[in-house]
Formats: sequence, structure tokens, C-alpha cells
Amino acid sequence: MKTQNNKKNGRNSFREQKLFLPKHFLITLLVIMVLLIVTVVLSISLGSRQVTVNEIIDALFHPQISEYGVNVIRKRIPRTFFGLLCGAGLGVSGVLMQAVTRNPIADPSILGVNTGASVFVVCGIAFLNITTPSEYIILALLGSTLTSVLVYGIGSMGKGGATPMKLVLAGAATSAALSCIISTVMIPRSYVMDDYRFWQVGSIGAGTWSYVSLLAPFMLIGIAMAIGLAPALNAMALGDESATSLGVRTGIVRICAALTGVILCGSATALAGPIGFIGLLAPHLIRLFVGGDLRYTIPLSALTGAVILTFSDVIGRLLSYPGELEVGVVTAFVGAPILIYTAMRAKL
Amino acid sequence: MMNHLENLAFIEEGQKKRKIRYRIVEAVLLLLAIILCGLMMTVGNTYYSPRTVIQVLAGKDVQGAAFTILTLRLPRMIAGITTGFSFGLAGSVFQTMLRNPLANPNIIGITSASSAGAVFCILILHAGGSIVFGGSILAATVTAIMIYLLSKLKKYSTGRLILVGIGFQALMNSAVSYFLLIGSEKDLAGALRWMSGSLNGVQMTSIYLLLVAMLICVPLILFYAKSLKILELGEESATTMGVNTNKARGILLVSSVVLVAVATATTGPIAFVSFLSGPIAKRITGHGNSSPVIAGLFGVVLVLAADMIGQQAFAIRFPVGVITGLLGAPYLIYLLIRMNRHGEF
Repeated sequence: MKTQNNKKNGRNSFREQKLFLPKHFLITLLVIMVLLIVTVVLSISLGSRQVTVNEIIDALFHPQISEYGVNVIRKRIPRTFFGLLCGAGLGVSGVLMQAVTRNPIADPSILGVNTGASVFVVCGIAFLNITTPSEYIILALLGSTLTSVLVYGIGSMGKGGATPMKLVLAGAATSAALSCIISTVMIPRSYVMDDYRFWQVGSIGAGTWSYVSLLAPFMLIGIAMAIGLAPALNAMALGDESATSLGVRTGIVRICAALTGVILCGSATALAGPIGFIGLLAPHLIRLFVGGDLRYTIPLSALTGAVILTFSDVIGRLLSYPGELEVGVVTAFVGAPILIYTAMRAKL
Repeated sequence: MMNHLENLAFIEEGQKKRKIRYRIVEAVLLLLAIILCGLMMTVGNTYYSPRTVIQVLAGKDVQGAAFTILTLRLPRMIAGITTGFSFGLAGSVFQTMLRNPLANPNIIGITSASSAGAVFCILILHAGGSIVFGGSILAATVTAIMIYLLSKLKKYSTGRLILVGIGFQALMNSAVSYFLLIGSEKDLAGALRWMSGSLNGVQMTSIYLLLVAMLICVPLILFYAKSLKILELGEESATTMGVNTNKARGILLVSSVVLVAVATATTGPIAFVSFLSGPIAKRITGHGNSSPVIAGLFGVVLVLAADMIGQQAFAIRFPVGVITGLLGAPYLIYLLIRMNRHGEF
């Protein structure tokens, strides 16, 4: 149906792509919205302290009440929002990296971008005495940008450009190399280890309103930019030559998209620590239902990423009740087997 | 006809040259290893003359020196030699057999698995010594078997094996970070030191176990080294040349996994030794002429030298794994760039 319509219109410019809703778009959107609401409710109501419906209502609508249960809920609300924001950012970042590298297994954690952010944060803790979240963000952004340039540079050398295999290997090797730097910096300084071990596991437990307000601009601008770039990236999926003939300036678009992806994942990583595999899971799940048109996969991946991350956090809280399992561990334990499964089925 | 004979003579001459080069390399590496051993025994916090060292080793009780040399320096040296050799040998077997320098315990998650097993024992079970040893061997072996089976499930290919391994790597790393997080402060330093690979505090019992493993695995690997050379030509060619590829691959894989696992359990993962030794050994002996033994010897030299640097060169004493990591990381990147340039994927 879709291709037929495209042929009839005979597109001249990539900007004139008509909005043809994919077959399952509305139902997918509906399902995700329902899941999102369920997740938010679960995230607010479940945890080591069990709360009642009355307490939730008090927390939301009666700001003057200050009981223990109510305060617990007031703590969980920013945490939930923080999780949603991080998940959305990581999901979109995954879509962008996959689109730019034309590679289905691109994900910040697989490409070593997270480790790059970690190196800079560790060096920051050790040498610059960083403590505030905004300092974490700056260093993590710097680290993830430099690392992604390095990994992509190594992976795209030689004939055939950046094939999935080459990129993944470049990412794994760079990760291994950077981990050595991390342990070199950390071993003589036990205080760095103390700060770092809480950050490196990836957790949204520390999410407060100040974190949310710090992260929100990055995420919202990043996601908006990603949606704006979607038509051009769609055209580039056909190959650089056809994209150029449709009027896309491929170089600029690729740089913008890569930068947006790195900013999204770098700022989320800075505040929450490296949380892997959201960028891999969300887009793949969405593509199963609505296909590859980025104008739909980007917003839907944002929602799905938000749901997956926040839901993983809830699962983490339930699994090791009354303590909690950090969300980074949960996503890795779900995501890594899926990566292994993909590798098993891929044509190699 | 004449031409053929000339060719044959030319080939024979080349063979002879390569054989000589091989012997020279072997001798130089051995010499280096012996010099490093000597340095390790004599140099340290206090200097003991070679005479004293020999006297102590011969069983004479020299005041002060006996304890330092017999209890501190000798186990350290033996641990360096045995683990270096095991890592180098096993790593090069992996790389040759899977025909890719990156198909290596460091990259495909076996070392991480072994770390996860050990860190679990240290931090969660609060165990030490032999339990940590056993846990790390168990985790590494189970993971290696799973990686192999999973990558064989559909159609075996090295690329698939590496990707599956990277997946396991991610899984194991996140397990390690979780254990580090919930572990108590006082066990943390031990876990971290173990993870970076160190010759400090190596126990003689684990060295004995490693020696037993080496006595079984090294002869097996050397015996099958010939099939290894043929396996290097690829599966099909190996079969046509009469090698039972499954049996050869199975035995080589199992013995090198056991070697890596036991060696890792002894000292912790000494980064990149198993990865570096193979390609460098190949470089210095010339293509097609390398053997796992040279890689093993190079591993010994690398570990001993890195330990010397880590102990003596800086104000802080770094564990050996940090030094090998810093040396190995740039080489890893370089190798990757070179492989991509030559289109080896």
C-alpha cells in the first residue's frame, strides 16, 4: 500500500514525504501509552515501602500533608520521571546510531561509548575533584563524543566501510582498552573507587527533581532534533547517492544525527551511569511492529525506551525486595541474551 | 625440470633460514626470561647478590635473605613464569584455531566470566583461597562451553562465536559491577586487586594446581600443534588433509580453556597477555613459522618484565595486569586498524 502511494506521487524532494501511517501505528501507540501509564503507576506504588492508594492521593493532591508514606511517594515521583527521561534519550540515541552507522546492533554500550564516558568521569573524580551533576555531564559528553569518533573511525577503515562486525569489534576492543585506563587511575585511589562503583552500575535511584530539570532540556532538544532529522535520515537509508539526489546534504545530516545521539546518551549516562542495551532493545521492538520509517520509530522508540527502563527499575526493586537491584544490571541481564540471540541468528 | 629443481632448492633454503630464525628467537626469549628471573630474585626492596640467592636456593640459611627470597620472591617468580606461559600458549592456540587474533579469551568473555566467578566468591561468599580459585575456574569453563555451543547451534562461524562472546562479556561485566556494588567495603580492595591481575600473594597451592594443569594440557596442545597448523588453513582444507577437525578442535579448545581458567584463577586476569603473545610471536618468527611455544615464552617475558616495571618504576606499586593492559591497549587498537585496512573480515 505504502509503496504504491509513493510511486503515484513521484517524490521530488525528501521534504515532501507524505505521512502514511504504518498499518499498526495507532494500535502500537495505544499499547505503548497504556504500558507507559501502567509503568508509571507501578513505579510510584511499588518498592520496599508498601503504600496505600490514600497515601498516593495525598502525595499528589495535598502538598501540606507530610507523613512517611507520603514522602516516600514524593521521592518516587522524580525517580520515575528521571527514569522515563533517561530511557527516552537512550532509546532515541540507539535509533540514531543505528541509522547513522546503518548497523542493526549499534548501541551506546556495545560501541564502547559508555566506557568512554566512564573514563572521563573517573579521571574527573580523581584529578579534578568533580562532584556536581553538571560537571559529570560535561565530562561524560566529552568522553562519549571522543570515543564515538574513535570507534567509528576505526570501524569504518578499509573496504566495505563500517560493517556491523567491524564496528562491534572496534567497540569491544576500545572498551577493553579504556577499562585498563580506568583501573590504572582507580587502583592507587580508593576514594575514587568509592564514588565510581555507585555510578558505574547504572541506577536511577538518585533521581531528584534537580536531576530531572538538568536532564530534561538535553533530552527534549535531542529528541526534537532527532525527529527533525528523520526525513533526511529516511532518505539516506536508500544510500548516500539517492539521498543526495533527493536534496539531502548527507555529510551535515550524518554529523548532526551522530552528535544528537551522543548528546542523548552521554547526558543520560552522566547522571544515571552506564545503562546498557536500551538503545538496542527499544528500536528493534518498535521495528517489529511499525517497520523502519524513522519518523515513527524515533518517537515510538523514545516512549518504548522510557517504558523499558522504568519497568526494569521496578523489576529491580521487586527482585531483591526489600533492597533494590540497580536498573543497569537488570537491562544488561535482559539485553545481553537478546544480543547473543541476534548474533546466533544473524547471517555471518 | 631444471626449473623445478631450482625451485625446490630455493624452498629448502628458505625453510632452513626460517628454522634458524626460529631457533634464534627461541634462544633470545629464553635468555631474556632467565635474565628477568635473575633480576626478580636479586632486585627488590633490598638487593641480594646472585651469590646469596644461589646459596639460599641451595638450602643454606642466610640471615634475613632466606625469608625474602624463599617466601616472597620465589613464588612470585614461579607464578609469573607459569601464568605467563599458560596465557601466551593458550591465547595463541585460540587465535590460530579460530583464525582471528580477536578471538581471544580477553575479548570473548571467558576472562570476564572468570572474574565474575572470583568476585562473587570474594564479595558474596566472603571466601578466599581455594574457593575463589574453584569459582573462577568453574565460571570460565561453563561460559566457554556455552559460547561454543551457542555459536554452533545454527551454523558455526568465527564471527558468530566472537559476537556471542561479546554478549557474554557484557553479561559478565554487569554481574561484576553488581557484585562490586553490593560487596562490603573491606572485601572491595581484594576484589579489585584480583580483577586487575597481580602476582602479589599468590599461594603455592594454586601454583601446584596450575603446574598439574600445565603438565596435562601443554603436552596435549603441543601434540596437536601440527593439526593446528593445518586447521589454520581452514576447515575444508584441514578435512581434506586428513585431520579429524572436530576432535582436534575439541581437544585444543578444552585444554586451552582449562589453562586460561586455572592461570586466571591463580593471579587474576593479567590483561592482554594471551592476546598480545600470539600476534607478536608470529611477527618475530616470521609468518607461518610460529608455534605456541614461542608465544608461551613471549608471555613469560612479558609478565615478568611488566611485573618488574610495576614494582620498581613508579612511586606506587601497580599490579602487573595494569602494566600489561597499558602496553596491550594501544597494540589492540593498532591491530584492529591493520586488520580493517587489509580487509580481514
